[in-house]
Amino acid sequence: MSEREFNDDTVPMLAQGYRFQWEPAQNCNVLLYPEGMVKLNGGAGEILKLISEKQQTVAEHIAELAAAFNGADLADDVYRFLDEAYSNDWLRK
Amino acid sequence: MTGSENKAPERAQGSIGSAIGKVGDQIRQPLWLLAELTYSCPLQCPYCSNPMDFANVKKELSTEEWIDVFKQARAMGATQLGLSGGEPLTRPDLVELITAARDLGFYTNLITSGVGMDAEKVAEFKAAGLDHIQVSFQASSEDLNNLIAGTDAFQHKIEMAKAVKANDYPMVLCFVTHRQNIDQVDEILDLCIELEADYVELATTQYYGWAMHNRDQLMPMKEQLVQAEATAHRYQEEQKGKMKIYYVVPDYYEERPKACMNGWANVFLTVTPDGTALPCHAARELPGMQLPNVKDMSIDEIWNGSDDFNKYRGFDWMTEPCRSCDEKEKDFGGCRCQAFMLTGDATNADPVCSKSPNHHLIEEAVAAGIAEAAKPVIEQKALVFRNPKNSKKISGL
Repeated sequence: MSEREFNDDTVPMLAQGYRFQWEPAQNCNVLLYPEGMVKLNGGAGEILKLISEKQQTVAEHIAELAAAFNGADLADDVYRFLDEAYSNDWLRK
Repeated sequence: MTGSENKAPERAQGSIGSAIGKVGDQIRQPLWLLAELTYSCPLQCPYCSNPMDFANVKKELSTEEWIDVFKQARAMGATQLGLSGGEPLTRPDLVELITAARDLGFYTNLITSGVGMDAEKVAEFKAAGLDHIQVSFQASSEDLNNLIAGTDAFQHKIEMAKAVKANDYPMVLCFVTHRQNIDQVDEILDLCIELEADYVELATTQYYGWAMHNRDQLMPMKEQLVQAEATAHRYQEEQKGKMKIYYVVPDYYEERPKACMNGWANVFLTVTPDGTALPCHAARELPGMQLPNVKDMSIDEIWNGSDDFNKYRGFDWMTEPCRSCDEKEKDFGGCRCQAFMLTGDATNADPVCSKSPNHHLIEEAVAAGIAEAAKPVIEQKALVFRNPKNSKKISGL
């Protein structure tokens, strides 16, 4: 746990200059940034959508996602994704 | 010229292209729309890639025509919009265009020299929803010296940089390097640190338009490049976590060509001030182009149906050695415009490639630059600056 970039109390935010949106022409969620675009898979899209819409702690994000996905235990997946997103410079703390 | 025209655009589309590439089997979409709003520019950079005869373009697209272009491209999947020129700040309707583009869902990039920009304008752009400002430093050696010496221009840049930061934009600076300024990479980067830049792109001049005309005078020496690259790497280490530095290696010193525009008419669409649609901003120079205009045809017809845009798609147009080359899917044979400018045939391999029978042309161009640099200063060719007077003179208008 200690190696993780985020913990239950951190409030993740999209990095400066990053924008999340749904792209009808691509039929997927995307992250837009200066002169670039990342197409997001389903899970990544759900997490980043929530982060872009709500300023809340990681614990609150996990609880909200769990509620939306029939109470599934998503904590590990969420933390793994947050680390990856942070190392890609998509997120700030 | 404000950088977009002569920085390596393949990096920009590369990031889109690679993200798309992973997904595979995509239909070809104009993901990147570069809107060259105007050829007006307060600067006269001799490395500009605007066409030599830009003074010939009298009538720019109107506000409504541009917004219609944005709408059409957006409907076809475009997400990134580059607002460029010339100097886009000279368009009085810039805020209106940003607002419209942002409402359509574009990620809007303003590519500017910063000349004519002030804190008030930056705040207006922010309110209009502009996503990103890239400030290109003209940095001909005289400008750069002035900047570093602390002239009014330098004060202006500092203030503008503060305004950009105060509006929560990342500070993105682009320097176009060439023989006359590449020895000052450390000074350039010190300046960037002082301006608290978040991203810095050191892009080597690419030889199109005015830059091609001035190639002998702009070509850097090998030793200069080695030195500049070492300096850039040193700063990259020192600035880790604070300032990201991109260093783009010039293709004339490479053995393989750039994957120009990520493939012809693959993800990139340029619309020039008069409405001409191009698969890349230098393509106007190629022979046999019909130069479709957005006033006469829809973007869909141009992108999918026009001869220009289909001309060098895929691999069937290729000649040897590209045709049977196992790297053709990686670099698409390089740049069509460069192939034509140097070999006279746009279907040839980009002579940057060491497999090209014309590779000696690149070596000769480098040698010509070195020979020019070795002359006593008074015998060296003067740089020809990009201005309407020179444009008319050179183009015989």
